[in-house]
Amino acid sequence: MEKNRPLVEVEHLKEYFKVTDGFHKLTLKAVDDVSFSINAGETLGLVGESGCGKTTVGRTILRLYTPTAGTVRFDGEEVTAKNIGHMRKKMQMVFQDPYSSLDPRMTVEDIIGEPLDVHKLYDNRKDRRERILHLMELVGLNAEHARRYAHEFSGGQRQRIGIARALAVNPEFIVCDEPVSALDVSIQAQVINMFEELQDKLGVAYLFIAHDLLVVRHISKKIAVMYLGKMVEVADADEVSDHPLHPYTESLMSAVPIPDPKIARERHRIILEGDVPSPLHMPSGCPFRTRCRYATEKCAQEMPPLTDRGGEHFSACWNK
Amino acid sequence: MSEVLLSVKDLHTSFHTDSGEVQAVNGISFNVDRGEVLGIVGESGSGKSVSAYSIMQILANNGYIKSGEILFKGEDITKWSEKQMSEFRGKCCSIIFQDPMTSLNPVFTIGNQIEEAIRLHTDKKGDEVKARAKELLELVGINDPSKRLKQYPFEHSGGMRQRVMIAMALACEPDILIADEPTTALDVTIQAQILELMLDLQKKLGMAIIIVTHDLGVIADMCDTIIVMYGGRICERGTADEIFYNPKHEYTKGLLRSIPSINNMKKKLIPIAGSPINMLNMPNGCAFSARCDECMKICLEEIPQEIRINQDHLAACWMNIKEMTEAGKLPEEFKGELPQCLRLPEGMGKGGND
Ligand SMILES: Nc1ncnc2c1ncn2[C@@H]1O[C@H](COP(=O)(O)OP(=O)(O)OP(=O)(O)O)[C@@H](O)[C@H]1O
Ligand SMILES: Nc1ncnc2c1ncn2[C@@H]1O[C@H](COP(=O)(O)OP(=O)(O)OP(=O)(O)O)[C@@H](O)[C@H]1O
Ligand code: SF4
Ligand SMILES: [Mg+2]
Ligand SMILES: [Mg+2]
Repeated sequence: MEKNRPLVEVEHLKEYFKVTDGFHKLTLKAVDDVSFSINAGETLGLVGESGCGKTTVGRTILRLYTPTAGTVRFDGEEVTAKNIGHMRKKMQMVFQDPYSSLDPRMTVEDIIGEPLDVHKLYDNRKDRRERILHLMELVGLNAEHARRYAHEFSGGQRQRIGIARALAVNPEFIVCDEPVSALDVSIQAQVINMFEELQDKLGVAYLFIAHDLLVVRHISKKIAVMYLGKMVEVADADEVSDHPLHPYTESLMSAVPIPDPKIARERHRIILEGDVPSPLHMPSGCPFRTRCRYATEKCAQEMPPLTDRGGEHFSACWNK
Repeated sequence: MSEVLLSVKDLHTSFHTDSGEVQAVNGISFNVDRGEVLGIVGESGSGKSVSAYSIMQILANNGYIKSGEILFKGEDITKWSEKQMSEFRGKCCSIIFQDPMTSLNPVFTIGNQIEEAIRLHTDKKGDEVKARAKELLELVGINDPSKRLKQYPFEHSGGMRQRVMIAMALACEPDILIADEPTTALDVTIQAQILELMLDLQKKLGMAIIIVTHDLGVIADMCDTIIVMYGGRICERGTADEIFYNPKHEYTKGLLRSIPSINNMKKKLIPIAGSPINMLNMPNGCAFSARCDECMKICLEEIPQEIRINQDHLAACWMNIKEMTEAGKLPEEFKGELPQCLRLPEGMGKGGND
């Protein structure tokens, strides 16, 4: 596999929702002019406050939502309403909740077999069965489990079933939306390892959405940080964590609880004032300025562009 | 000398269910000192919340304290009447929960609810109550309290609602504040606000805090001492540094290896094998035996007794008893007869699952 080949290229993506507050029709800018790219076989972690637009980015890339504006290219080809059916073979999604995203009345075999049926990916029954067993083996499920129902499995096992289904079509890219958040800590490590192993083995790229920043850092090559629908920082995972540039990322990283009492005692938390503003009443200029300790007049006037500050470390801030 | 405020002794709490008795808490003992921040950590279903609810006696209808003592300032509160307990709740000990929305009543204003809490737990009247409500909101860092008091819970963000819950819990300055996953539903930056607030109030008011969470990061950030639970029992307890840097129970060791931290970023995580315990079908020996890499024969058969590792640390794991036996340093408090397989010189080594 060639290194650094951009697989997913997102340019000026916008996803606006029409909503109402009971009186007025309003536009909710869930994703507002976001650009980034993900290389083949790599993981981009996506983090940010609840409601900042992470899930919407993932769903819009897969065209589960029609973009309001902007383009998504996959392997150089623009994703459109026309070609998405065939593109879905290469792009898949894994959801947060292993409990609700699987139909409890289907057996594991049916669940994993469904995408194989949809895309007609086998020659005969025997071939179908073999593929299913191979997928189960890949994600560490026992072949004896094939005829059991989804509800008979633990959370970690269900998440594996969901991932096996996503892998069935041999995708090159998977959007993983909070795939370990619903799992007990002792099970999380198994699933994180599985994602990492599958990437080594099959070269799949991930957009990995999670709120646990240490999990994201562990699995990601790069991390992108969103705030109120905007991308505010993108860089190498360690770089973003250890040397954040954007004031939001700076306080976010300083506040991540670290399971190490000595580090916890020594470090200085930057506590942000107040809450995230409503996406229906976006501040002018920089979306973070209402909580930012570096804010100046310019920040209220104009949205700072996301620019490279050297070494592919991007930040969108007038002052940092 | 620190003053022991609360002392839990060999507490057993169970639930009646259709499939039989669920022994959710199986003989736990610990102390809480005045002004201490104690963390209870452990996997989902390990009995953390049930332990906390037992102290408050706010168990579900099918739950009951089966045996054991809970001494508050020397008095066994498990013997207290419901009337005494309702005084205890609020005046001596308060609790806040994970999801403040479920504990706030959506049809009453924030003001109504805080004032109610104040009237219930203090003898303040009329304007005093209103003044106290405002003071409490200010204490928990809510700007413009007069306006906030007139609003309804849905008009507040998650972090703001958790502040309101803390304000209500503090209405009459309890000696102990129990926080059950207080920040689990919140964003990292809001979580930091709430944790900082709790520590700040703890210093100002000198109360003890018991924080229940599955998040080892929150525990490391907040706690002086830590209790690690598994399968309704305490694996080990001690100071934060002892638990993190000198873990003495195989479950704790496994847990620390399995989570991403600063020092294992580039390394593969080491998961804990197997799946969580079934409380309806508890093993005879150590609750963790089925998932433990070091499991010996004795672990499958007998519950390990808690022994002292050092001044700051107690643990209940047969590995320690084995190591201490081998080193000839078994502490005096080990009362039980030493099992055959741990007696020297023969019978040492791993029994395993076979
Ligand atoms: N289908 C929809 N219709 C209207 N608004 C929506 C829709 N989906 C999302 N939103 C809004 O868009 C914004 C972004 O939501 P999104 O779910 O992408 O956030 P998120 O970053 O994934 O949050 P979380 O961490 O809570 O999952 C939110 O304000 C949300 O309320
Ligand atoms: N009302 C109830 N009836 C029957 N069993 C119960 C009841 N409440 C709790 N339990 C059981 O008691 C055990 C301990 O539950 P507890 O809520 O204390 O776990 P926990 O450690 O707080 O877990 P979590 O991290 O998921 O909150 C569990 O096995 C649970 O199923
Ligand atoms: S642009 Fe201004 S308000 Fe926005 S983060 Fe930078 S300094 Fe703060
Ligand atoms: Mg989401
Ligand atoms: Mg609980």
